Amino acid sequence: MDKRTTTAAVVAELRDGMTLGIGGWGSRRKPMALVREILRSPLRDLTLVSYGGPDVGLLCAAGKLKKVVYGFVSLDSIPLEPHFRHARQTGGVEVVELDEGMLQWGLYAAGLRLPFLPTRAGLGTDVLEHNPFLKRVKSPYEDGEELVAMPALELDAAFIHMNRADVRGNGQFLGPDPYFDDLYCMAAKRRFMTCEKIVETPDLLKAGSTHTLLIHRALVDGVIETPNGAHFTECPPDYGRDESFQREYAVNARDPEGWAPFSKRYLELDSEAAYQEAVKAHGGKIG
Amino acid sequence: MSEFTRAEACAVAVAEVFRGDGEIMASSFGTVPAIGARLAKLSFEPDLMMTDGIAHLLADVQPVSGDTDPDPVIEGWMPFRRVFDTLWSGRRHVVMMASQIDRYGNHNFACIGDYAKPKAQLLGMRGAPGNTISHPTSYWVPSHGPKVFVEKVDVVSGVGYDRAAKLGASARFHEIRRVISNLGVFDFATPDHRMRLASLHPGVGLDEVVSNTGFELVIDADVPETPAPTQEQLRLIREVLDPQSLRDKEVKV
Repeated sequence: MDKRTTTAAVVAELRDGMTLGIGGWGSRRKPMALVREILRSPLRDLTLVSYGGPDVGLLCAAGKLKKVVYGFVSLDSIPLEPHFRHARQTGGVEVVELDEGMLQWGLYAAGLRLPFLPTRAGLGTDVLEHNPFLKRVKSPYEDGEELVAMPALELDAAFIHMNRADVRGNGQFLGPDPYFDDLYCMAAKRRFMTCEKIVETPDLLKAGSTHTLLIHRALVDGVIETPNGAHFTECPPDYGRDESFQREYAVNARDPEGWAPFSKRYLELDSEAAYQEAVKAHGGKIG
Repeated sequence: MSEFTRAEACAVAVAEVFRGDGEIMASSFGTVPAIGARLAKLSFEPDLMMTDGIAHLLADVQPVSGDTDPDPVIEGWMPFRRVFDTLWSGRRHVVMMASQIDRYGNHNFACIGDYAKPKAQLLGMRGAPGNTISHPTSYWVPSHGPKVFVEKVDVVSGVGYDRAAKLGASARFHEIRRVISNLGVFDFATPDHRMRLASLHPGVGLDEVVSNTGFELVIDADVPETPAPTQEQLRLIREVLDPQSLRDKEVKV
């Protein structure tokens, strides 16, 4: 089956109030073309589950989010995400702040259709204090140990970005880390994968070993080729993080007067193609 | 100025937290902890495993400044999901930074102020809850002050001893080994695991520690001095691990 679609068609499927999972990690291999498509849409009141980076920041700044479920929100080379900080510090968004491993466990539980998975992570901390929906469970065996029952984090939709894919939805990561992208797809009702390049199926293994075939086609409903689509996050080996652009983003995100022109120049555009043109014009210079 | 800097004494003190750890993964955050972990591996814990900060385990120690090997020998794969597996299995010791820490070692780097609407959103919980309940944790505080060593942390991201005690068997892997600051070394070797001043860095007075700590430390009658770096340790720090002295940017004495 040919699952090629467009970012606009994917976002048109979403509804206000849905729970969305976004793959990648911090400012690494984020499906930013889809994030930018949401920015162009009227969607609102979304719940976002993410190892957060600029996806969280941009969607916060645009008022798209009701709630964020995360272990951290960071730009990696810039440790704190300015838009997210602002949203937190003004009480602008509800949060479920988890241990990083708890987030993985929640996605995995959802993917395996289990109500929860047990873990020690969270015990004794304010993760439980501030998220009273998190319950404990007692081991039914002789040890009788008390553990956190990390509930399944079920997603209405998942977005991931791969280096390569075929039209059937087989996806390949060529960088150092798969992150948790397969788990997002397992946890979601609808699964959408952007990629740097769509290739013929036999060509997948020309780029990397079988171990790089992280996503199999039963985990994917739609495939979109979005070259440079993770920009400004990194997508090695195709490209590194655009540090210059990220600095410009962060500087302007901290400054309401700077943000309006930044947003006008890069975000209030009618297509991903227009964004990529604006980035080319930026030419690696701040200003 | 003595023949070594405060940062160098701190790096040696951090290295000491890994003594006896053997073949586990050593993770460190901050410049001085990065130097300290590498120093431990080069000095007395050769089996420690370390990553490149991305997803690779490196066979050899890489410096924190100066010329790094552009093509280092990779001995293993450690993407984040395997970091979680490794830490939950206990084969790790982490040195994390602390924005706040209390007398029982409860730790915060998540946010300052009211959780619902914090004055300052910091890192979030990150891996602190899982780390502290699963394997040894130490802390690094480059600027010791009463806003860091506090009576009560605003948010508990890392589990302290009083909270661990209430968890019974679930906390059997909990261990806060040491807290290293720019002023001294602290541990929890007291009957009720309250923080104790284990040693003062050379050149630091007891008053300076007491006045910069927002709670009452356990202080023994005779507080030793943090051991000075050996000549070999100084050579490793200055010539091998940090030739550009990034450490002096973190600890300015």
